[in-house]
Amino acid sequence: MHREVLFEIVRTAVAILISLFVVFLIVFLVSSQPTEALSKFLIGPLSKVRYFSNVLELSIPLIFNGLAISIMFQAKQFNIGAEGAFFMGAVAATVVGITMNLPRIIHLPFAIIAGSFIGGILLFIPAILKSKWNASELVSSLMLNYILYYFGIFIINYYLRDVNAGYMVSYPLNSSVLLPKLMVGTRLHYGIFIAIAMIIIMYYFLYRTKWGYAIRMTGLNEKFAEYVGINVKKVILYAQIIGGIIAGMGGAVELLGMYTRFEWQKLPGYGWDGIIVAILARNNPLLVPVAAFFLSYIRIGADLMARMTDVPSEVVSVIQALVIMLIAAESFMAKWRHTMVVKRAKEEFYVNNGGSLQ
Amino acid sequence: MKEILKMQNITKVYPNGIVANKRVNFSVNEGEIHALVGENGAGKTTLMKILFGLEQPEEGAIYLNGKKVSINSPFIAIKNGIGMVHQHFMLVPSLTVAENIVLGIEPRKRGFIDFKKAVEITEELAQKYNLKVDAKAVVRDLPVGMKQKVEILKALLRGAKILILDEPTAVLTPQETEELFEELLRLKEKGHTIIFISHKLREVKQISDRVTIMRHGKNVGVFKTSEVTEQDISKLMVGRDVVLKIEKTQHKPGEVVLEVKNLTWINEWGKPTLKNVSFSVRSGEILGVAGVEGNGQRELVEIITGLRKFDKGDLLLDGKIINNLSIKERRELGISYIPEDRMVYGVAAEASIAENLIADRFEKREFNHGILTNIRKIASFSKYLIEEFKIQCSSFNQKVKMLSGGNIQKVVVAREFSSGPKLLIADQPTRGIDVGATELIHKKIIELRDRGTAVLLISADLNEIMELSDTLIVMFGGEIVAYFDDLSKVTEEELGTYMLGLKKQSYEEIRRVLYA
Ligand SMILES: Nc1ncnc2c1ncn2[C@@H]1O[C@H](COP(=O)(O)OP(=O)(O)O)[C@@H](O)[C@H]1O
Ligand SMILES: [Mg+2]
Repeated sequence: MHREVLFEIVRTAVAILISLFVVFLIVFLVSSQPTEALSKFLIGPLSKVRYFSNVLELSIPLIFNGLAISIMFQAKQFNIGAEGAFFMGAVAATVVGITMNLPRIIHLPFAIIAGSFIGGILLFIPAILKSKWNASELVSSLMLNYILYYFGIFIINYYLRDVNAGYMVSYPLNSSVLLPKLMVGTRLHYGIFIAIAMIIIMYYFLYRTKWGYAIRMTGLNEKFAEYVGINVKKVILYAQIIGGIIAGMGGAVELLGMYTRFEWQKLPGYGWDGIIVAILARNNPLLVPVAAFFLSYIRIGADLMARMTDVPSEVVSVIQALVIMLIAAESFMAKWRHTMVVKRAKEEFYVNNGGSLQ
Repeated sequence: MKEILKMQNITKVYPNGIVANKRVNFSVNEGEIHALVGENGAGKTTLMKILFGLEQPEEGAIYLNGKKVSINSPFIAIKNGIGMVHQHFMLVPSLTVAENIVLGIEPRKRGFIDFKKAVEITEELAQKYNLKVDAKAVVRDLPVGMKQKVEILKALLRGAKILILDEPTAVLTPQETEELFEELLRLKEKGHTIIFISHKLREVKQISDRVTIMRHGKNVGVFKTSEVTEQDISKLMVGRDVVLKIEKTQHKPGEVVLEVKNLTWINEWGKPTLKNVSFSVRSGEILGVAGVEGNGQRELVEIITGLRKFDKGDLLLDGKIINNLSIKERRELGISYIPEDRMVYGVAAEASIAENLIADRFEKREFNHGILTNIRKIASFSKYLIEEFKIQCSSFNQKVKMLSGGNIQKVVVAREFSSGPKLLIADQPTRGIDVGATELIHKKIIELRDRGTAVLLISADLNEIMELSDTLIVMFGGEIVAYFDDLSKVTEEELGTYMLGLKKQSYEEIRRVLYA
């Protein structure tokens, strides 16, 4: 158990190091100011409070989506509809934020709940298709994302568009619905506490409740789960609904924390990022913030590098792609792991049998 | 006698840390039938997989005809004249015998498989080795003994001089075993070398020239078979004297617990695999189900446990119909089940021992504290079962996949037995596990019976069925063909004739199993 955790940590670290190394190589090849570029990339985010705040701000949607994907992956449901659920969560919060006028204490929670609710309902669609007709949730959720995108854009542009704004945005949200900022001079908002609360709740939910147990057993071995009497169809349903709720909540929080109007004209992509976060975090809620922070950090670092030097920020994609590929490749470092296992087995054998093996 | 094969100092460690072979030396002479014996889990299959290139050893060398070879894939093994018939057959069920036999080396005509040529090849080969098969039959319809012949022919067609047979008799009836032995002797005459894995010592005595004995991954002795007794071999295999007799008292059957009435099941190809099956199991009784695998036992078990839906017939538990109850509802009524394949149904290998032990009762109030699970209760419960069932592990948090086969089975058994079942369905409860675990599981089954549980025991191991059951039914072709209420009056040979479908009891005799 212990050794496996260690192995996974080392494996992830090596994957990250290798991809960083590749990035260094690229930078040295293409840049006329490589050291400058790398220092911006690596320590730029730490150089100013505002930059570091950017890292934290970006972590928030990554955490929500990472959690949403993690819980669905734990049940072995490859639902990638977090993107659409997140987007529609923001749309729902926009609707609530514009059309209603309530005291903050009710208005803000209500907007977040509306976003969560919509997210849950939407991911119920691929879930029910899967549990009723065994339709691949991967395919249906992927297609759902595009339907939701056009649907959301339609709502915003036809009903809530502010024609006086001069560009494609919604009317401004009522101020009673906005999440307050945590620090002046930054955009860091109270949503980070909601994210932290969700991390803890999801961790307890997965590892300390009977529902989480059922999700994990279904994911580890569906046949086994069925045979011990777990209602697998129900688990498949609620794991995805919960995933949708968290993604929708994330969309609402992102909108209410970072914006005063709905401004997205394309999918923001945080749902896709959630997949990367979940893979890095091995679907463990407690590791989700670490992975989200890492991803956010290299993104902001790359942005700074692109702004101040001649290296484009797309190098981040290289890191992401390499890390994911190396982690997803089961046999990456499997040899090293096997050597460890053999060594230990031999040691044990030596102790027990007076050394006839070695 | 010339040494054709030598394996030297073979050590194999599996990724889960189990050391399956420990510096094993193994040597085979040309033209002999060499038996490889050992308890389940001793490492026989592993050693042979290494020889066949399916597993890579951590250390050691292989010599063929004195020349060192490195066999890192079955392809190379085959090129070197080694063939293997696995414990679980590797045939394509939907293809014909001929297609299976030429698979991968198909004769072609204008780019397409030349089926006629394939049949010719198959028939010629079958003729040459006197192994009778129907080249045009579809493999899925064949009895096990026949499938085995196909496997052997497959290996011979690829030029196998050394033929490895991994527990070939485990799935055969006594009659089929005899037939196989005749075929093996003919192969030997033709100059083939045969490695024969078994833990049935009577067979080893009968067929082999020499025997290598393995225990706990080590070679513990090589003998001329004629110079050792069965007792000598078994002592070395187990490391102590074994009494294979199971101690049990006369059973005192009570009321009928499970009643199966006129159950019929048609499979996806429209063939009936259960035909009008009716029987009852009473409390305090172990009803054995004997039969060659694939004669409807699996369907029967899956229907009773609720894993498979059915529409013709009735299931009654304590007189009440349970046809449409979910698995959970059946479990709540007191049905427990040891599945045939523990890794597929029995456990979640990546989950901890504790998580596996509570799987059928994690929703019960005693394991929950409000909305959270009660960790302390789960821990004490797991510790109790680990102790009670002697599960060897480092802690209840250890992943199940780290355990040996016998201990994994104990986890399953501990869970299924500790729920105080009214009806226990034990499907191959001791397949592939060591003698120690087998003894423990047998003891626990009898304990349950004595406390009034009705037990339905399905096993391909005739010895186990005969020793453990109080009463017995035999299945053939989806039907019950015999019922015995007194096992002391039946021999294994007689059972064999029923299992092969050569004999069938009268309707009245079979109906006695309804106790009505
Ligand atoms: N693929 C595998 N992965 C991990 N452990 C294995 C694997 N195959 C076998 N083992 C373990 O190795 C030991 C030897 O198994 P095996 O060679 O199948 O024994 P035998 O054929 O003598 O019954 C057992 O403890 C078994 O559980
Ligand atoms: Mg074996």
